[in-house]
Amino acid sequence: METIPITIQIVSITGALLFMLTIFRLIVRGKLREEYSIIWIVCTVLLIVFSIWRRGLEQIATLLGVFYPPSLIFLAALSAMLVFLVHLSVVISKLQNQIKDITHEMAYLRQDLERLKAQQETRATPSEPVVP
Amino acid sequence: MSPTPAPRILIVIPCYNEEASIVSVVNDVAQARHQSGLVLDTLVVNDCSTDGTLVQLQTLPGCNYLNLPVNLGIGGAMQAGYRYAYRHGYDMAVQMDGDGQHPADELPKLLAPLLADKADVVIGSRFLERTGFQSTAVRRIGINYFRRLNRWLIGQTVHDSTSGFRAFNRRTLAIVDRYYPDEYPEPEAIVQFGLHQLRIQEVPVQMRERQGGVSSINTGRAFYYMLKVTLGILFVYIRLRGRRTLTPLAG
Repeated sequence: METIPITIQIVSITGALLFMLTIFRLIVRGKLREEYSIIWIVCTVLLIVFSIWRRGLEQIATLLGVFYPPSLIFLAALSAMLVFLVHLSVVISKLQNQIKDITHEMAYLRQDLERLKAQQETRATPSEPVVP
Repeated sequence: MSPTPAPRILIVIPCYNEEASIVSVVNDVAQARHQSGLVLDTLVVNDCSTDGTLVQLQTLPGCNYLNLPVNLGIGGAMQAGYRYAYRHGYDMAVQMDGDGQHPADELPKLLAPLLADKADVVIGSRFLERTGFQSTAVRRIGINYFRRLNRWLIGQTVHDSTSGFRAFNRRTLAIVDRYYPDEYPEPEAIVQFGLHQLRIQEVPVQMRERQGGVSSINTGRAFYYMLKVTLGILFVYIRLRGRRTLTPLAG
């Protein structure tokens, strides 16, 4: 009863710590923005808490009326992922809108720039005015 | 009531890989300008074409064009043109496809209701008088479906809701400057305009079969098209209806 769970405990704690380390390294290198890392850090902390506090999962499961405690993990993990995926879709949609607006501005600037260049090349005859 | 200076009209021509037809479309507009006496300016929006479209535009003397650095699709490209028209103080803007489907000599007919201030949005329709190119049978089924959906949601009947040959006045441009659907925008925009209480009018026009290039909608994408547009229509309806009840538009 005691020996096998302890092995799993060690494995899960090391796994969680390695995961957290990876997240930190990504932030330090500037490859992950802090706001998206929060959820991962929270997840890792939860993982570590339940790896150490083994009775916790069972207690919460009985409290919620779940007969098979591991299914609570699946439920929690799946819901968390679902919420996070929706959040990512929202972020992507916002980015797409911003890219579209920037593309428009860039196209306008390109046009202005080309007109200015053309004006400079033919300085003698001022062509149609460039709109500010 | 009518403004003393002649209204300035921008013809926006979105194009993606239309090297075969774009020059003749631009020239047709120039010819229509001479014939009608309207102040028609042209703006070609090159949506990151991968063929020689840009070279054609650069070598065409006096051609006014925008060159999008990223491919945005028809909705994004059109919004670039409408925003341009709005910012540069144009009174009206017309969408005219770069593939030569929309004949430039129909422009005066399309613009007449705007010039008379009888409509805010004018849509050139193939189906009011059944002349000219009538599209394929399968597409007409889809077009009928959108007509019913639009009628049900905004109570206005638009026979040719996928027609890209349309003209907007400045009031419409102000709305489009803020939001215009991205992908396959035509049917969705009609619901948007209807909910903004704009006056939509259809005028019969003749269309031709595309002169070059390939359609953006093939049979494989048709299902996605119907689904995307239906969703777009329903959500734009829900969004704008909610807004309208919160802040009722004056007039």
